[in-house]
Amino acid sequence: MTPALAAELGGEPLFRWSYVRDNLDGPIWESLSEHLVLSFTPVLLGLLIALPLGLACARWTRLYPPVLAATSVLYAVPAIGLFVVFVAFTGLTYTTVIVPLSLYTLSVLVPSVVDGLRSVPEHVRQSAVAMGFGPLRRLVRVELPISLPVVMAGLRVATVANISLVSVGALIGIGGLGQLMITGMKWPGGNYPTPIIVAIVLIVALAVVADLVLLLVQRLLTPWQRAGRGARRAARRERAARLEEAR
Amino acid sequence: MITFEGVTKRYPDGTVAVDDLDLEIDTGRITVLVGPSGCGKTTTLRMINRMVDATEGTIAVDGKNVRDVDPPTLRRGIGYVIQQAGLFPHRTIEDNIATVPLLLGRDKKQARTDARALMDRVGLDTAFAKRYPAQLSGGQQQRVGVARALAADPPILLMDEPFSAVDPIVRANLQDEFLRLQDELEKTIVFVTHDIDEAVKLGHRIAVFQVGGKLAQYTTPDELLDAPASDFVRDFLGGDRGIRRLRFTQELDAEVAMGGPSGPPTGSTGATPAGSAEAGER
Repeated sequence: MTPALAAELGGEPLFRWSYVRDNLDGPIWESLSEHLVLSFTPVLLGLLIALPLGLACARWTRLYPPVLAATSVLYAVPAIGLFVVFVAFTGLTYTTVIVPLSLYTLSVLVPSVVDGLRSVPEHVRQSAVAMGFGPLRRLVRVELPISLPVVMAGLRVATVANISLVSVGALIGIGGLGQLMITGMKWPGGNYPTPIIVAIVLIVALAVVADLVLLLVQRLLTPWQRAGRGARRAARRERAARLEEAR
Repeated sequence: MITFEGVTKRYPDGTVAVDDLDLEIDTGRITVLVGPSGCGKTTTLRMINRMVDATEGTIAVDGKNVRDVDPPTLRRGIGYVIQQAGLFPHRTIEDNIATVPLLLGRDKKQARTDARALMDRVGLDTAFAKRYPAQLSGGQQQRVGVARALAADPPILLMDEPFSAVDPIVRANLQDEFLRLQDELEKTIVFVTHDIDEAVKLGHRIAVFQVGGKLAQYTTPDELLDAPASDFVRDFLGGDRGIRRLRFTQELDAEVAMGGPSGPPTGSTGATPAGSAEAGER
């Protein structure tokens, strides 16, 4: 620790294990579970809105630019501002945090759904029509599954962004692990870094774990993607070997 | 028999893709639609399974107007092979082949067993059954495309430039095996190509289209090479028409010498069984 930081902390060590021990079952666990609810609910809600919205934008292409503009503008509004606005309508409840965060996810998820649907090759779409798929069946059995990798990529970004954004809610008293940071900053006897460090470590860990879980889910749902990559790699290797032989 | 009567396709912007077409397509034969790009051959093909609806005129399959059948039902009864195979990348080879039987509500296990039998039939190793399309070569994918089109045993097969995206050697191979298969199956096949050589090799009858959606000539390959109906057809056949004709007749002679289509279907001899079957008539 630098002397300046030590002076700032007034003799308080950077990390006290005793805090973790004493608060694990209390504030730490409570803020962690609150953080989970506040970060995953908006992603789910966002996905529920982004799917039909994205489908509509892919179907009626003229709808897409205004929708994209609207979600992007919304994303540019600072979170704290939106929280304060929503307090007026929904009071100091989870809803006040969940609604703005859901809106934020749209700026990532709507483009993901649209790009995903656009990633379906035209000849595949055409052959689905020619095989006798009706519009709904074609969507569910062909177009959405093929869109999945792109949609999942968006979902991962939205989830990780959300896990970090939830902390801002602490400024209105609903912020999951962000609450621990407030605790550390407003400690009656001066600065108390331990809760802040605990919060940061847990938020990063949560983001990493969530991302890995989503990646795993994506792998399980799209075995064909890896098969394709493997085949391309094999083809590259074979070409290289043949080139070598030719020399 | 597929019958076109006074069929016109006009798009909202005024473009005429197909202009007052009358055409009779024989049952159990290969009819090739050939012409330069923009001649309306693909549109003609797609009007049969209502991927495109005609603006005027009627298209009937065995006397039944295709307009009277709802499109998905109609399409499940007509096989379709597209240029890049159009396989579903997220489904295994056997599930790709089983697509239409499953849409028709057939038993999944049975459909997969049938799919493997079909793989055998189109010359694909059944070891590929659990693989995905991306793991196959272009030629293999095209075979899967053919197997998929045949899976529900439809009487009609529509093929839109099915062999043009693969290299010439693979193409020749696919064409030969396709003819051998057709010899056994005797489907009513409508085959679109821009390649006159392919048309002459595969077609029992050839419909030459010219830009603007007009039918320029509709006849047998022999007759087409012998007596082009117009300058357009003559130009389209090209300067090497004589050579093409020579090669065509030589192949026929070779087959007659070999004892016709009953010879061993090795598929790699370059023989054209469907062509030889009609050798007498021609």
